[in-house]
Amino acid sequence: MSTSPEIGTQTTVERKGLSPRRRAQRSRLIQYAVLVVLVLVAVFVANWHQIGSVFFKPEFIKSTFTDGVLKALVKTLEYTAGAFVIGLAGGTLLALMKLSQVGPYRWIATAYIEFFRGLPAIVVFIAFSLLPLAFPGMTIPWDPYGVVWLALGIVASAYMAEVIRAGIQAVPKGQVEAARSLGMPPGLAMRKIVLPQAFRIVLPPLTNDLILLVKDSSLVFMIGVAADGYELTGFGRDLANTYSNLTPIVVCGFCYLLITLPLGILARRLEARTARTR
Amino acid sequence: MALVEIKNLHKSFGSNHVLRGIDFTVEQGEVVCVIGPSGSGKSTLLRCVNLLEKPQQGQVIVRGEDITDPDCHLDAARQQIGMVFQQFNLFPHLSVLANCTVAQRTVLKRGPQDADRIARANLERVGLSDKIDAYPAQLSGGQQQRVAIARALSMDPALMLFDEPTSALDPELVGDVLTVMRKLALDGMTMLVVTHEMAFAREVADRVVFMDAGVIVEQGPPADVIGSPTEERTRTFLRRVLDPTHVEPS
Repeated sequence: MSTSPEIGTQTTVERKGLSPRRRAQRSRLIQYAVLVVLVLVAVFVANWHQIGSVFFKPEFIKSTFTDGVLKALVKTLEYTAGAFVIGLAGGTLLALMKLSQVGPYRWIATAYIEFFRGLPAIVVFIAFSLLPLAFPGMTIPWDPYGVVWLALGIVASAYMAEVIRAGIQAVPKGQVEAARSLGMPPGLAMRKIVLPQAFRIVLPPLTNDLILLVKDSSLVFMIGVAADGYELTGFGRDLANTYSNLTPIVVCGFCYLLITLPLGILARRLEARTARTR
Repeated sequence: MALVEIKNLHKSFGSNHVLRGIDFTVEQGEVVCVIGPSGSGKSTLLRCVNLLEKPQQGQVIVRGEDITDPDCHLDAARQQIGMVFQQFNLFPHLSVLANCTVAQRTVLKRGPQDADRIARANLERVGLSDKIDAYPAQLSGGQQQRVAIARALSMDPALMLFDEPTSALDPELVGDVLTVMRKLALDGMTMLVVTHEMAFAREVADRVVFMDAGVIVEQGPPADVIGSPTEERTRTFLRRVLDPTHVEPS
């Protein structure tokens, strides 16, 4: 008892310098000052004329449009949409395999998912570009769509499978029990009761997968499609080489944002909606 | 022939031996209430009747068919056994009407008009005709449970299982659900009800079964089992349930 300090006799701690709030205020001021200096340096040092003519040259912006950037945009959308459908179908199949009661199905699905999620997508595309060399005479139908959809879809299905599996497992067990107690066989209960709810749950993450897919569609140029099959990246790269100017790439970049930003907003809205209903 | 006949039923979860040899029957048109302390195995027993839980040993015979037999068409047997869950388990992505038609359409292969008509009739029976287009999330717990009853009734079951149907409800909503169940009993439905509502059991049940520690301790007319139980365990349980604030002298 004798070692414990006596209550009420403790002297106030001596305070030195600025209070924490004053210090935070000063720190904010310094951050603003640094920002202003950086902006001023950028404004006065950078060669704005040069930057403008390399990245945003008006006549090249115009010719990028007349040369068919919109056609490339449509190709990007077509490649993405087809791959998404394949990814969704394959992903659902893999998710169901992963939840199967039959061991080998689970192993196959796990191996596939881990393999293609672990590889850089570009490796898969390089492999696809070499297929005709390795198997002379081999053709994949609907050129160039078939090969693009297949290559993108193979990778996408691995990512989507994990998302869909998580969604299926997030549906409460009571839902299956209720369906089975009404006499529904397992497959019917899965189709009518579990999957519709699972897809509602995974809509936000699936939208994010779709955004990734839009960006991954840029890897199509690795396969070596013909010029009329160019999507945004292939088209922009080709044109930028021709002009020795970056403007077409910048335009193509903005075209990507035109797709991905609204999708990102959609994903966040869906996330908010899901959060509300739970 | 009894509608449901259970013979020497055993069920374990791991090392937890929940049902230790249950023998009992439910006759056509009978209302049986199963009471007992939590963990006594009464819900597990109910879930064994439509094989949501697979017993390790024993037989469950519904209308003369042993549904524990692997050759039995379990889904066909389950069509005759309606089940109402403690947590309702309505399908949240379907409207009230669709909740009541989906199994009629897909399992019984009824046409859309027939399924619709039957679902509407059963929703009227539970007093929810005005909620047909609502979604489960828009309903109170009591309304959801009544939809769940209508959903089960729409399959024209021979037997209805109720697994603590009022335990998840706010007290003021319990009455509506019990009223529907009482009406159902008066209409002659065969019912097996796991419940803590002693007043309901006393009034509606033809027979009360008291379970404890995985066995049936005593059963008989409610006046006997609830009114003047012969077993000490039944008396202890009823004392606790009917007078929960009573403090026993130590």
